[in-house]
Amino acid sequence: MCDNCTNIIGTQEQFDALNAVIAKHKGTRGALIPVLHEAQEVYGYLPMEVQREIAEQLEIPLAEVYGVVSFYAQFSINPKGKYRVNVCMGTACYVKGSNDILDEFKQALGIDVGDCTEDGLFSLDACRCIGACGLAPVVTVNDEVFGKLEAEDVEGIVEKFKALEAEA
Amino acid sequence: MKKVNMTIDGIQIYVPENYTILEAAKEVGIKIPTLCFLKDINEVGCCRMCIVEVKGAKALQAACVYPVSEGMEVFTHTPKVMEARKVNLELILSNHNARCQTCNRSMADCELQALANKLKVEDVRFEGESEKLPLDVGPSIVRDPNKCILCRRCVSACKNIQTVAVIDLVNRGFNTQVASPFGQPLSETPCVNCGQCINYCPVGALKEKSDVDKVWEAIYDPDKYVIAQTAPAVRVALGEDFNMPIGTPVTGKMVTALKMIGFDKVFDTDTAADLTIMEEGNELIDRIRGGGKLPLITSCSPGWIKFCEHNYPDFLDNLSTCKSPHQMFGSILKSYYAEKNGIDPSKIYVVSVMPCTAKKFEAGRPEMNVDGLADVDCVITTRELGEMIYDIGMDFPELGDSEFDNPFGEGTGAGHIFGATGGVMEAALRTVADILNGNSADNFSYEEVRGLEGIKVATVEIADLKLRAAVAHGLGNARKLMDMVKSGEEEFHFIEIMACPGGCVNGGGQPLQLSEVRSWIDIRAERAKGLYKEDNKSFIRKSHNNPAIKKLYKEYLGMAGGSRSHKLLHTHYTARQNYGK
Repeated sequence: MCDNCTNIIGTQEQFDALNAVIAKHKGTRGALIPVLHEAQEVYGYLPMEVQREIAEQLEIPLAEVYGVVSFYAQFSINPKGKYRVNVCMGTACYVKGSNDILDEFKQALGIDVGDCTEDGLFSLDACRCIGACGLAPVVTVNDEVFGKLEAEDVEGIVEKFKALEAEA
Repeated sequence: MKKVNMTIDGIQIYVPENYTILEAAKEVGIKIPTLCFLKDINEVGCCRMCIVEVKGAKALQAACVYPVSEGMEVFTHTPKVMEARKVNLELILSNHNARCQTCNRSMADCELQALANKLKVEDVRFEGESEKLPLDVGPSIVRDPNKCILCRRCVSACKNIQTVAVIDLVNRGFNTQVASPFGQPLSETPCVNCGQCINYCPVGALKEKSDVDKVWEAIYDPDKYVIAQTAPAVRVALGEDFNMPIGTPVTGKMVTALKMIGFDKVFDTDTAADLTIMEEGNELIDRIRGGGKLPLITSCSPGWIKFCEHNYPDFLDNLSTCKSPHQMFGSILKSYYAEKNGIDPSKIYVVSVMPCTAKKFEAGRPEMNVDGLADVDCVITTRELGEMIYDIGMDFPELGDSEFDNPFGEGTGAGHIFGATGGVMEAALRTVADILNGNSADNFSYEEVRGLEGIKVATVEIADLKLRAAVAHGLGNARKLMDMVKSGEEEFHFIEIMACPGGCVNGGGQPLQLSEVRSWIDIRAERAKGLYKEDNKSFIRKSHNNPAIKKLYKEYLGMAGGSRSHKLLHTHYTARQNYGK
C-alpha cells in the first residue's frame, strides 16, 4: 500500500468529499465549524482521523478542533446509526415525560444514550430543545418528527424503521 | 501614548489609554486579586476574581481585560465586589480537590489557597457533585484534573508560547476539562515535556513526575556509588525555593546540601557543557569545511529535540549528534571515571539535577546508553532538590559553601552561560573562534546573541569565515525560525534553540514563581544575570581551556569527534508521529 493510501479515512469517495469541504472553506475566518458540520454529513460522525485531517489542513491544533467538537452536542465522535433517534429533553418535553420515552427507547433498542446498535441501524441520543414544544414530548428519527408521544408509541416507531429496512 | 484621566476608589490618576483597570490600579498601589491572569500570556478574564464596579456599567467587570477610558470611575472594594469575588471563589473551590495536606503546592506555591485566605473564605457553601478523574502520569509530567480550576494558563503556555498545543478545553459546562484530544495521555501526544504548563499552573494540577524516592533509595543502597551532577541554571534558581532573591547564585550552598544529603560525589554539569562545546564546535567546523549538512542546530534541549522530531523531521540531520551535556557526563562517569577509579560502572548511579522536566524523558530514551548501561539513572528537577532539602529540615540559606568534587568540579565561564538563551552559541563561538584563528582571542563576549529577543541573528567574522548564527528560545520562536530556514528565506551556519522561553533558567523544573511575580518581573532576565555574573567571575572562560577537559581528551577520548567520542558522546534521532500519523 502506498503512503498516501494508508492515510485515507473511510472510502475514497468520502475522503475526496472531505478534501473538497476543507478546500471550500480554507482561508475564510471561522472555517472550522462549517467544515466540521459538512464533514460530519460526509462521514456520519467525526472520528479522530477526520479531525486530524481537518486540523492539519486548516492549520489549527487538533486539541482545539477536538475542544470545539466536544463542546457542541451536534458533533459526535461516535458512529451514528442509519436511523438516528433523538429524544428531545427540552423543558416542555421533559415535563411531558420525555424521560419515560427515552427509557422506552433504551429498552426497545437495547442500547444506552450515545450508543449505536450492533447492526448499525439505530443510534440513540438525548438532545436539547428542538423548538417543537407544541408537540411535546417530541422525538426525531433522522428528519422525521414524531410528536405528542406516549411510552407505548415507542415500539411502533422502532418497528416502522425495521420494516423499512426489511423492504430495502 | 495618549493618556486618560480616571479615578480608582476616588483617587484621580492619569494613565496611558492602553492600560487595563488592573494595570491602572497597580499604579495607585491597589493590588486587585487575580487567578487566571498572567500578563501578556493569559489575559482572558475567565476566573472572575478581579471583578470591580465600573460606574455606568451594567455588571461587574473583569479588571484584567477591561480597558480604561477618559472619565472612568472604578470601585475595587465595594460590598458588592467583595461578596461576588467570594462567591466566585467558593464556586471554584466547590469543584477543586482540596486535599491540601497532601498537595505539593500547599504552603507557598498555591495561588488558590492564598486567595481563599485573602478573601476570608471560611466555608465552601456549595456542595455539588464531583467526579474523580484519573491522573495522567507521564515520564516527565503528571496531570491531576481533579485539582484543575480551568484557568487556562497551561493552555496559553502550551498553545501560544510553545505552539505545541496538545491541551485545550474540552467538553462543556460542568464537564469542562483541560485535556488532550480524545482524552489521550500526554505521553501519546506530540507533547515535548517542556513543563512550561507546570510553571504557569496556579494550583497542584500539574507537576513533574517525582523521582525523589528513587534518589533516596539509591543513597541508602550500600552497593551503589551515587553521583550528583548539577546543571548551570539550577544554581541561580534553587535559592528561590528558600525565599532568596531571584537569580541569587547559591553554588556553594547547593554543593554542601548535596553532600549532606549523602551523594558520594558531587560534580558540575558545567564541565560536561565544556565537553559538549568541544564536540559540537568540532562538528560545526567539520560540517563547514567538509561540506556537511548546514545549518548545524544545537541538541542540548530535549524539549526542542522532541519538537523537531514531531514537527521538522526533515531537519533531523541538521541536529548536532552531540548528546546533551548531562548525558555525555553520565557516559563519561560510567567509562573513563569508573575505569580510572576502579569502580564497577554498573554500581554507579548518576543523578542529574536539572532545571528541566524534559530531561526525565531524555534520560529514558533507548539511545541514551552505552553497552546497555543507561548514561543517567535518574533526573530530578531544581524543585525536587529544593523539596529534598526542605523535607530533611536543612536551613539552606544558612549553609556554608562547599566546592564541587574533582576531577569534574570546575566548569568554565562558557559552561556556566549554557543555562541562558544564547549561552550555548556564545560558548561555542568562543571555542570555534580560537580554533579557526589558531590563537586565543582576548575579546570573547558575543553580546548580540545575549538577551531576551525571541530570535537573535548575528554575523560573526572568524578568520576568513562570515559565520551566520541564529538563536531562538521558546518553541513558538523556534517554529518561526525553522519556518524561515525551511522556506529558504534565511540561511545560517549555526543555530541554537532552547525549548523554554529564556532558556534553561526558565525551565519547566525551576522553582515556581507566583503569577503576581511572573506578571511584573522578568525572572528569565534576573536568573540569566546570575549566570553571566558567574561567567565574569570565572578564571577560565573558554571550554577548550578547561584543564579537566584537556586531560579527558589526552587520557581517554583522543580527539574531539574521534571514535571513542562517537561511541560515548553522540546519538541519533527519530521522526515521531503526530497522533498516529
